[in-house]
Amino acid sequence: MSSRSSLRSPLPLRVLRGVIIAAALVASLGPVLYGVLLTLRPASSVIREPLRLIPGPDEIDLSAYATAMLNESAGGFGLGRFVLNSLVVALCTVVLSILVSVLGAYAAARLRYAGRGVVNAIILAVYLFPGIVLSVPLFVLLARVGLTGSLAGLFLVYVASTVPVALYMMRNYFIALPISIEEAATVDGASLPRMLWNIILPVAIPGVVSTAIYTFMIAWNEYFYALLFLVQRREQWTAPLGIAQLSDFDVPVTVLLAGSITVTVPVIILFSVVQRFLIDGLTSGAEK
Amino acid sequence: MTLPTLLVITFASILPLVLVFVFAFSEIRLVDIPRIGTEPIEWSLANFERAFGNPTFWNALGTTLLYATLTMIGSVGCGLVLALCLRRPFPGRGVVRALLLVPYVLPIIAAVTIWQTMLNPQYGIVNAIGREFLGWSAPVAFLNTTTVEAWGIPIPLSLLVVVVFEIWSSAPLSFLFITARLQSVPAELEEAAALDGASRWQTLTQIVLPQLRGVILLLCLLRFIWTFQSFNEVYLLTEGAGGTQVMALKVYTELITRADIGSAAAYGLLMSAVLTVLLAAYVIIGRRKEAM
Repeated sequence: MSSRSSLRSPLPLRVLRGVIIAAALVASLGPVLYGVLLTLRPASSVIREPLRLIPGPDEIDLSAYATAMLNESAGGFGLGRFVLNSLVVALCTVVLSILVSVLGAYAAARLRYAGRGVVNAIILAVYLFPGIVLSVPLFVLLARVGLTGSLAGLFLVYVASTVPVALYMMRNYFIALPISIEEAATVDGASLPRMLWNIILPVAIPGVVSTAIYTFMIAWNEYFYALLFLVQRREQWTAPLGIAQLSDFDVPVTVLLAGSITVTVPVIILFSVVQRFLIDGLTSGAEK
Repeated sequence: MTLPTLLVITFASILPLVLVFVFAFSEIRLVDIPRIGTEPIEWSLANFERAFGNPTFWNALGTTLLYATLTMIGSVGCGLVLALCLRRPFPGRGVVRALLLVPYVLPIIAAVTIWQTMLNPQYGIVNAIGREFLGWSAPVAFLNTTTVEAWGIPIPLSLLVVVVFEIWSSAPLSFLFITARLQSVPAELEEAAALDGASRWQTLTQIVLPQLRGVILLLCLLRFIWTFQSFNEVYLLTEGAGGTQVMALKVYTELITRADIGSAAAYGLLMSAVLTVLLAAYVIIGRRKEAM
């Protein structure tokens, strides 16, 4: 009991801690709430009274969302289509990237083969290597084979740039799994693919899910390659590219914010469902 | 089984890596793309000579180093303070922890749009507050002002805004990593120290922080590497205005605006060179620590 009370903070320290936490909460949530609140008001009202945050009862106006999402032919800005483009590319990226990295990461973590150390070193180097540097040759390569200007080209680049990260996360995860279950399965005569599918994968699901979500977030967020490849092809724009491009035109600020909030929704849903998995996956490397 | 992985790695990393060297040492422009692979390469050092002779290169390098260093200190510092504040359980800690991650999870485009709105000179809330309550005589253009004088000191305003934005969106990750490491710091050590009469400050600096040294060093390295090459945040916020031309933006400008593949590759390689030096320093520091 005495040791416990001696660890209890004195009052000023507790107050300071409370103030810091409150300030951090305001800083993290304030801008997001600000963005959401503005989308509820007509753009003219936002420009007239920038300091009033709470919309008046008679002025709540959700038309910004409809205007953002509808196609140009229906008087909107076509963000709905951009969101759909993003979804397709991101989901395809997740599927292929996870498939490739589960196999590769398992091999990197467990199997003994010649050159294993070299392969592991390459994975780490690629993970840390500046993506912007590789963007120049990747752009040239894809332009050479005529894949710039298409979502397929973007998909290839996204797989290329998410596999190293996914490999790294999955490998950490496999290394942390107890090796005894696999030994037991091997003794029982299970083949390697069977063991991977029936024994390892069910145990590794949290790792796979967190890696998949992380991969999805990378592809969902990506802007640079979309800008490089697709800027001339309006119908192929992804959501980030679309919002960024529209902000250069004379689009009402509430419409841009409504688009941004919409892009956030899938991420928030995924994240709140699997938050614990994701945190474990991200931080497992820091435990050493 | 590793074949698909090796294929992807080869296509995605090894081939581009080889090509970036080839491009950097040759005179090649966007219009030459259809001819690549059909003509012999003319090797030259011209791209590097031009980069070193160009003051905007040195400016970009300086800006990038300043930007990455400030962000690294801010991000890891804020993460550390928050992790220490949230260390002891209190009611609602789980919720607070999850809410603090919001800026990290928020898609960059959403975060940028919101910040651009907040900082807008006409209808942004920051300028509205400044003019209403703080007596600003004119709205401040936060996103394209290279320097402002504050108490006689020139301040790179737009660069600082980008730094603050980066800290805002990346501190949650530092917070997560440090929290994960804090959980494995044994409580007995601190209790023993407290019984021996150590002050709270002594316990923190002598017992807790040394345990966090590894993860803090790793975070500093990762944050520096990531920020050093970051393109999206800077380009989306300022498009390089207001003295925020960082190296990644130079690579983009050389490639797209100036249509010069060789020069863009050379800038990229020089970025990697800086990072390689840093990585080597980290490995050496790590070795020395193990030897102790």
